[in-house]
Amino acid sequence: MFEAIAFYLFAFLTISMFYITVTTSQALHALTALAAGMIFISAFFFILGADFLGAIQIIVYTGAVMALYAFGMMFFDSTRDVKEKQGNKFIVVGMATVAAVLVVAIFSAPILSDNIVALYPSVGAGNTQEVGMVLFTKYLIPFEVAAVMLLVAMVAGIVLAGKKMDLSLTLMNKEEILEMNEDKNKKVLS
Amino acid sequence: MDTAYLIETIIKVVVILLVFSALAGIGTYFERKILAFMQRRLGPMNVGPYGLLQVGADGIKLFTKEDIIPQGVVKNIFKIAPVITAATAFMAAAAIPFLPSFTLFGYEVHPIVADINVGILYILGVMAVGLYGPLLGGMASANKFSLLSAARGAAVFISYEVVTGLSLLAPIMMVGSLSLIDFNEYQAGGIGDWIVWSQPVAFILFWIAAFAETGRTPFHLIANDHEIIDGFGTEYSGMRWGLFFIGEYANMFFISFVIPLLFLGGYGDGSFLGALGLLGKMAFFFFFFLWTRAAWPDVRPDQLMWLCWKVLMPIAVINVVITGFVMMF
Repeated sequence: MFEAIAFYLFAFLTISMFYITVTTSQALHALTALAAGMIFISAFFFILGADFLGAIQIIVYTGAVMALYAFGMMFFDSTRDVKEKQGNKFIVVGMATVAAVLVVAIFSAPILSDNIVALYPSVGAGNTQEVGMVLFTKYLIPFEVAAVMLLVAMVAGIVLAGKKMDLSLTLMNKEEILEMNEDKNKKVLS
Repeated sequence: MDTAYLIETIIKVVVILLVFSALAGIGTYFERKILAFMQRRLGPMNVGPYGLLQVGADGIKLFTKEDIIPQGVVKNIFKIAPVITAATAFMAAAAIPFLPSFTLFGYEVHPIVADINVGILYILGVMAVGLYGPLLGGMASANKFSLLSAARGAAVFISYEVVTGLSLLAPIMMVGSLSLIDFNEYQAGGIGDWIVWSQPVAFILFWIAAFAETGRTPFHLIANDHEIIDGFGTEYSGMRWGLFFIGEYANMFFISFVIPLLFLGGYGDGSFLGALGLLGKMAFFFFFFLWTRAAWPDVRPDQLMWLCWKVLMPIAVINVVITGFVMMF
């Protein structure tokens, strides 16, 4: 009974938080509702007995949404409403309908073919150990691919943020480096 | 779920709430007295013997003061921000074993609200959510100093979180569990078994990160009086401002419980002496927070970020790698 009460409570809270995130035109309201919704989702992991994933959900999303706040702080005056550009309403409604139908199709297709069977890892070990075992045996390749993707994203971020990344000091000879430095000084002076 | 368990849990929650909100108040008294002692003053002296009733006077003042919501703030967020700080501090306490289990009137009591097996992760995660209070409060107030404080809050959060996680990884590898009770059992054999002897680097790193986590003096950037007035608290008044304080002091007490439990043997074998030992260690770490405040200047935000990312994080990573090699061979 407690599980049912907790489930409906947190389901209601999560959906209402994400509804606020989508509908409000206040940057601070949207971000706060997003953070709250993400944290409320962790309740479902706790209800299902996946303590480790629940705690990870809290830690990861507090950090992620905190970075969003930092961007919000830089781009908006967060105490004012954002003036939204209202496009063609028919396109918005049409796209939303198509997306909703697609989501339903994605989730109902496996049920129709009776393919959803929960794959429990080895029983007996603790929650954390089970996640580790599955990650390093059954899902090793997706895990490594995700790691490579993150590495690519990190390299791309450094390249985007760095300056003069197209020049390599090791490949240039001394005169070229001196010339470059002079150019830099000129720019500062002018 | 039987009724006895439900009643027991509710009683535990109420006791922890009452004890630690009272302690948070008394913590301010300790802080003023200790700072006064170190600066050769008397501190609070007028209300009650040795100023002991000052806590009550402050409480009455905070409760009865007008709760002002200034114009131009984002109302809902402004109102909810202090509640986040206070609430998450107490939520984190749910997974801390404050004392060894004892028998009361023939009923065995475990002084921990929820013994989940990912206790450490849960405590750190929920304590991290507590920084949303200063962040939201700062961003919702239409005040430049508050906004600066919020920006610093985000920077502090992103810096220390990495160090906390990585420094704890090495002891977790040794114990092989994330539960604080398992940590305590691992060190139950006496002083020689304490993790601090095998993981001194992790201990120091976690201790430093704890200062950033609670926002205490060397890293007291988010409400630095001499630079940004009271930071996120500038626009607040009355009990909402008081809630920020209760959250901060409760967090200090809880982290002072967590450090000994992780590194210094916790309550040991669970005897009465062990319980006293845990309280003593907690008192020392709490005192150390106040001691640093009297003895150390504040660092700049860029210095904190430099320290966390360029010094502490590489040390923590090297520590994890060395621990892994030692455990493997």
